[in-house]
Amino acid sequence: MSETTVGARPDLAGFPTARDPRCPFDPPAEYTELRAQEGTASLSCPVGVEARVVSRYDDVRAMLSNPQLSSHAAPSTHVVAGGQLDRPVSPGSLLHMDGPDHARLRRLLTPEFTVKRIQAMRPYIQRLVDDHVDALLAQTGPVDLVSEFALPIPSLVICELLGVDYADRDRFQRQTAVLIATNSDPAALEQANLEVVGFMTQLVLGKLAAPGDDLLGRLIVRARESGQELSVEELVTLGITLLIAGHETTANMIGLSTLALLRQPDQLEALRADPGLAGTAVDEMLRYLSIVQFGVLRQATGDVTVGDETVKAGEWLVAVLSAGNRDESVFPDPDRIDLRREATAHLAFGYGIHQCLGQQLARVELQEVFARLHQRIPTLRLAVPFEEVEFKDDALVYGVKALPVTWDRAGEDAR
Amino acid sequence: MKVRIDVDACVGAGQCVLAAPDVFDQRDEDGMVVLLLETPPPALEAAAEHAALLCPALAIAVDR
Ligand code: HEM
Ligand code: SF4
Repeated sequence: MSETTVGARPDLAGFPTARDPRCPFDPPAEYTELRAQEGTASLSCPVGVEARVVSRYDDVRAMLSNPQLSSHAAPSTHVVAGGQLDRPVSPGSLLHMDGPDHARLRRLLTPEFTVKRIQAMRPYIQRLVDDHVDALLAQTGPVDLVSEFALPIPSLVICELLGVDYADRDRFQRQTAVLIATNSDPAALEQANLEVVGFMTQLVLGKLAAPGDDLLGRLIVRARESGQELSVEELVTLGITLLIAGHETTANMIGLSTLALLRQPDQLEALRADPGLAGTAVDEMLRYLSIVQFGVLRQATGDVTVGDETVKAGEWLVAVLSAGNRDESVFPDPDRIDLRREATAHLAFGYGIHQCLGQQLARVELQEVFARLHQRIPTLRLAVPFEEVEFKDDALVYGVKALPVTWDRAGEDAR
Repeated sequence: MKVRIDVDACVGAGQCVLAAPDVFDQRDEDGMVVLLLETPPPALEAAAEHAALLCPALAIAVDR
């Protein structure tokens, strides 16, 4: 996700990517076939290596909890033509670390993401969502829900988390939006990338000089006190990792799940009638949409067994999260959205030691969006024909490029 | 039912706390799992088992 995400455009020759246009929420049909076959298939990946494609739920869990599989290559490098598989892991790059090094760093960060700590952010997130609904309602539709709602909310949540000054948040948000937009040209991307790294470096230097009561400040103090002082480089890499891992993912979930729900009026009606459903709804939509669409890459460091097969040291494996999440042996009627389903055991956040550190934060953000957006704008609907919505078929994180929506003006505000 | 945890394996994902808040908690200082009830009452057994199933680090074991 970090390193290769910024600006990387996968070229997918040889890798299953074609979704059925009638249901662009379903993973490519090839995965259903792969799941049914015995063993694992080997596919040639755009990056230039063969990889075993692991698509059954139990096999994905077994694979991702195997300590002999290394994360050193970025999670989605297999689909990046020209991507580097043997780049040295930069210090602080949590997603790419293995074993004790990973554990040490993750433990320094974990207290910032506990269930309790994230619950304490809920009132802030509620206000943020309400403010953005207010801003939508102040306009007459159509409005692009992606640029006006889905992108800014998670970006501002990360500002709050990292302790970015209020005065700087607009600038931060503009730069991060360029990084994620699929239509940014390479020069603009490069520029935004440099600006975000510069921004993060300034932020880190400020926090090192005067650690405040925010994630970076507390992390700096915690690391110092435990004799594991973090360098500027490590702190900047961590900050960027949190930004990349937490912004694009959550933003795409907001846009894509809103569209999927608008296409399922009965489910949407149930959610509107009972916002308490948002809890299970969020995990069901994470399962159903599995936005880390090409799965996560690992390399065997020794001979290991995955499923019933032996994998030799040096071989590459891809855990296709979206395929595991549609495994009918675990999720009956897997292609149906059921907002009441107990789906927390889904694989959308991965599994094993790298399982999403920010998952509780993502859940709270999505719960507040699910509970508030449709309550407060009950007539929310698509402003263009469904066929005109463009999907990010070739981005590492799946989603919609834009989502033009509109609503009826009368009786709209049930705040 | 008896629940065991392996704090060294825990990665602080908090799945257990969401699934069974009366049985598990996370330490404030490092986010690692804390066992609140080693022998949960029957009403909490299913939730404890679910937590064990969810834990991404296989840090929870449940003995019947
Ligand atoms: C809907 C939203 C999200 C999805 C679908 C998602 C998905 C994932 C996945 C699949 C992984 C595992 C990657 C691997 O195994 O290689 C991961 C890791 C990670 N995520 Fe998320 N994520 C989301 C939101 C967030 C948020 C909001 C944050 C924090 C602000 C965050 C921070 C991280 C970090 C730091 C890791 C690396 C953990 C490690 O390597 O130990 N994520 N995420
Ligand atoms: S679910 Fe497992 S890894 Fe997560 S906090 Fe609980 S014990 Fe630790």
